[in-house]
Amino acid sequence: MRHTKRAVAAALLTTVAIAMVGCSAGGGGSDAAYCEPADGDVNLTFTSWIPGIEDAVAIWNADNPDIQVEVQTGPSGNAGTYQNFFNQLEAGNAPDLGQIEYDALPNFRVQDGLENLAACEDIVAAEDQFLPWTWSQASLGTDDELYGVPQDQGPMGLFYRSDLFEQNGIPVPTTWDEYKAAAEQIRALGGYITNFSQTDINQFAGFVWQAGGQWFQNDGDEWTVDLTSEESTKVAEYWQDLIANDLVSTYPAWTDEWNNAYNSGEVWTWNSAVWGANSILSGAPDTAGNWSVALAPQWEAGGETAGNWGGSSVAVFKGTEHLYEAAKFALWLNTSEEALTSLNQTAQIYPATTAGLELPVLKEGVDFYGGQKIYDVFAEAATQVSPDFTWGPTMTQTYADVSDGFKAAASGDGTLVDALTKGQASTISTLEAQSIPVAE
Amino acid sequence: MSAAIDTDAAHGSIGSEAPIGRTRGGAAPAGRGPRERFVPRAGAMLVMGVFTLYFLIPIWWLLVASTKDRADFLGTDPLWFADFAFFDNVAALFAYRDGVYLKWMLNSVLYAGLGALVATLLAAMCGYALAKYRFPGRETIFNVVLGGVLVPATALALPLFLLFSRVELTNTFWAVFLPSVVSPFGVYLTRVFAEASVPDELLEASRLDGAGEVRTFFTVSIRLMFPALVTVYLFQFVAIWNNFFLPLIMLRSEELFPVTFGLYAWNSSINQFPELRSFVLVGALLSIIPLIVTFLLLQRYWRTGLGTGALK
Repeated sequence: MRHTKRAVAAALLTTVAIAMVGCSAGGGGSDAAYCEPADGDVNLTFTSWIPGIEDAVAIWNADNPDIQVEVQTGPSGNAGTYQNFFNQLEAGNAPDLGQIEYDALPNFRVQDGLENLAACEDIVAAEDQFLPWTWSQASLGTDDELYGVPQDQGPMGLFYRSDLFEQNGIPVPTTWDEYKAAAEQIRALGGYITNFSQTDINQFAGFVWQAGGQWFQNDGDEWTVDLTSEESTKVAEYWQDLIANDLVSTYPAWTDEWNNAYNSGEVWTWNSAVWGANSILSGAPDTAGNWSVALAPQWEAGGETAGNWGGSSVAVFKGTEHLYEAAKFALWLNTSEEALTSLNQTAQIYPATTAGLELPVLKEGVDFYGGQKIYDVFAEAATQVSPDFTWGPTMTQTYADVSDGFKAAASGDGTLVDALTKGQASTISTLEAQSIPVAE
Repeated sequence: MSAAIDTDAAHGSIGSEAPIGRTRGGAAPAGRGPRERFVPRAGAMLVMGVFTLYFLIPIWWLLVASTKDRADFLGTDPLWFADFAFFDNVAALFAYRDGVYLKWMLNSVLYAGLGALVATLLAAMCGYALAKYRFPGRETIFNVVLGGVLVPATALALPLFLLFSRVELTNTFWAVFLPSVVSPFGVYLTRVFAEASVPDELLEASRLDGAGEVRTFFTVSIRLMFPALVTVYLFQFVAIWNNFFLPLIMLRSEELFPVTFGLYAWNSSINQFPELRSFVLVGALLSIIPLIVTFLLLQRYWRTGLGTGALK
């Protein structure tokens, strides 16, 4: 596998270099007359790595004989599909539609790979069906641009072992101060309150997001990079303190070791997104019935803020001949009750629409969580996510660099703040190397 | 069959070193004598043992893991068996998404089996022609082909994608198959082998008997080159089977995926869709079976061929 990885990395570098050469700084032309229905039958291609998404598409195909959608698939975005999209854009054979996570949208925008859906009236009119912050993830914080239809979201909450907290008389923390106090009590009992992941930088970004921080801003021309903003530093110092005092474990996330730490009851909580419900269920089967979900701990008592981890959109690629039909399909896929129900059943997709959060299946108690209606908690968290968080155009590089620093910090070499400082510098130099304007 | 005899002799000489050394007494070079032999041999065995373990433990882990259900996979000793659920896992894998895994296996067998066959034939013809015919530019062609050996397949994937995009062949069977039938290393090996094992006298004899060049190639030469061809076939089979980057770049439709790429795609989504994990594990175990079978069937020729290539 190591050879494969190295080979992939080498090849990705080559392709990035070629993509760079090929990319030009053309602006997204938004001509309203552009988004018009075509005459005759239309065939669309749609690339997504979500297993079972073709079930939802089959419903559409049955109802829309004149707009047929073919599903194509591949590995998850960062594992190769994004690079494939760039290659296909270069070769002029990109699919009409593609799955793109929120944190990758700015990259495609900067490379001018996406159609501006703001040209389509029906899409713009649907704005109020979505949670405002998911919409701003797709509009990249602008008023006149839209680069995808929000599909799902990952509002964050606190998964905790209600049995252990109860048995030991520890109150469930509602603030980060209480969280640290609980961490000390749990450590005295031999456990860890949570595991700090050195690789899930988007989880850390979710913490910063909750604290009201910003990593990137774009005024339409220049990018501001602010990994070391006041809020970001505050969050980093908080976790650095927990790591330094051995109050959190630092197993590599998503490994068997990590699963086992949860399965054996060594680690008591996980600050994760709504989709994490499924990860615990499958990673810690012996703890069934003992978990509960609460709103995330707050920075200020009585605060109502939540972070977000994950979430994706369905975007339309430059070069499509059927913007109108593609946009229409994307809107149906992510707003109609039958599609959202199907997506939830096959792949536990948590919708980005207000109505979607009220799906009957999301109103039921979940046995693994002692029958708690956990999705009610996440529905509340979803309304508390700030619409101001923006991703940068080179997140893959930012994640990798910050993760390197986090790994070092977890083993006692440097601090999380150091890692952010280095990530700040390397992100700016990467942006400059790609001729993306950076504000000083 | 002179080649086969040659190599048998070469192998034999390694085994017969000791008796020769003993009969010749002091004539044997220092370090090969019977008394000093124990330490180096034990050392070599130790090194080999360590490496064998190093290579086999992951396979052992895979074998054990694929016999467990989800709860046991996490909760029990990773290197020893728990409740035996192997056949349930296999059945679940074969049933998942209408048996797409079996389709992937079939694709891999087609890409690798058929691709290696065509690649071997093309390499044999090319190498034979370069060895046995005199024509202007022969060495230049050979050197260019030799240069091709040095270019890693990964570096060619993207240019190939752009080329195939021009002729609208991406996301088709041919997008993976056509690049797979090219084997510069095969041309190199068959040329060296043909030079050594196909005597010019034999070709003249068959020409005198009235056989055309093509007939001579297929009835006489190809048989003489057989060990080299098996080597080329196996090399190419393994190379195509393991080449996952080309399918990654070329293919979009699930029904065209080879098994390596299909498993990679599943594996990349494990965090989000944990139920894929047992499919990836069992799928990975089953996917090595065709390679093992191919090796076992052809290993006799494989050894002969490798030895020949090395000696000449």
